[in-house]
Amino acid sequence: MLTKRIIPCLDIKNGRTVKGINFVDLRDAGDPVELAEIYAQEGADELVFLDISATEERRKTLAELVYHVAEKVNIPFTVGGGISSVEDVDVLLQNGADKVSINSSAVKRPELINELVSKFGSQCIVVAIDAKQVDGNWKVHLVGGKVPTEIDLFEWAKEVEERGAGEILFTSMDHDGTKNGFANKALAKLSTLVNIPIIASGGAGAISHFTDTFVDGKADAALAASIFHFKEIEIKDLKQELKKEGIPVRL
Amino acid sequence: MKIVIINYGAGNIQSIKFAIQRLGYEAILSDNVAEIQNADKVIFPGVGEASSAMTKLRTSGLDKIIPNLNQPVLGICLGMQLMCNFSEEGNTDGLGIFDLDVVKFPKSVKVPQIGWNEIGELKSDLFKTIPEKSHIYLVHSYYAPLGDETIAESEYALGYSAALQKDNFYGTQFHPEKSSDVGAQILKNFLEL
Repeated sequence: MLTKRIIPCLDIKNGRTVKGINFVDLRDAGDPVELAEIYAQEGADELVFLDISATEERRKTLAELVYHVAEKVNIPFTVGGGISSVEDVDVLLQNGADKVSINSSAVKRPELINELVSKFGSQCIVVAIDAKQVDGNWKVHLVGGKVPTEIDLFEWAKEVEERGAGEILFTSMDHDGTKNGFANKALAKLSTLVNIPIIASGGAGAISHFTDTFVDGKADAALAASIFHFKEIEIKDLKQELKKEGIPVRL
Repeated sequence: MKIVIINYGAGNIQSIKFAIQRLGYEAILSDNVAEIQNADKVIFPGVGEASSAMTKLRTSGLDKIIPNLNQPVLGICLGMQLMCNFSEEGNTDGLGIFDLDVVKFPKSVKVPQIGWNEIGELKSDLFKTIPEKSHIYLVHSYYAPLGDETIAESEYALGYSAALQKDNFYGTQFHPEKSSDVGAQILKNFLEL
């Protein structure tokens, strides 16, 4: 049986992890490669690296990071942040990334999804969507959720699927950082509207939130950052609990 | 030992090279016929779309070389699918090594299948020391059905071949290079055949 995936997300700036990381056994808390290896050993099913640097050298630094992660880590990983062209994706995949995620660049120019899919295949193209509710309607937001658009979340998700994306990473800006649980109603609706896997993101604060997003939210995978980095939840414990709840996981 | 990963412009081969390196071996990437023919082990990777990958193989003449290799050959993901008779993806003939036609998953499940699934009914030396129900990582929209050449089964909407073998030819639908310690062991088993 296909298992539900647990995905820690690492924010990267200039080749280093940024969010405070609370791993006592880590020699260098800012080293994404070392952190990735630890997560892989602890049972993470996949990793996401989100690059938030804004320097001239960012492309080269990110490509080098991808190379070093691929060298050491034996689980799949996705790279996102500022990717806007076929060339960007080509470099990342050649250096060993398994998937890339695109966000604002796809909203600005949706044809980019088709171009990437025809060159690299659906399986490695993840479209990340940030959305929050405006007057009760889910609207897509850009630039890490700062800039609102008129685009409806569900319409956009359907278009993303039609254009060939292999997966959707949906972050609810209303839930992100609250630690009150994932946006399960919206997630469940997404799963009925599109037939590609959905990764839930934003709101994880307790083990029960993961159970809820897999059961009520029908999510295929769940992503979280700080609760893993600060060891508020250990991946091993989380997966044991999920198994007890009857949710298929890889132990 | 000389290990060659066939480089025909289809897919993420860096990860396979690294996985082999982690096992203490070195692999080279090559599209050179003599180099491929003289290797002790050949790995045939592939991600992307089937018909365009077959076009690349035909253009380079590798479509005639691969089915005639005598050393152990391991096709991974699309590589395995291309070793079958035919693929519904782009309606293309394959290399005809495995007597199966590759078809698309039904709409009753999410397509592509992405993630970790179980393998069972393990039959070959490729799975030496690998327990039944081990988890492996897959990303695919098309599958090879079960058949006489199936050496590992998995289930997604229906039973399908997670791995195939005919003589010296092996294929895995999953990515051993991305399947944690289980995958590393399977890759090691192949290299030590």
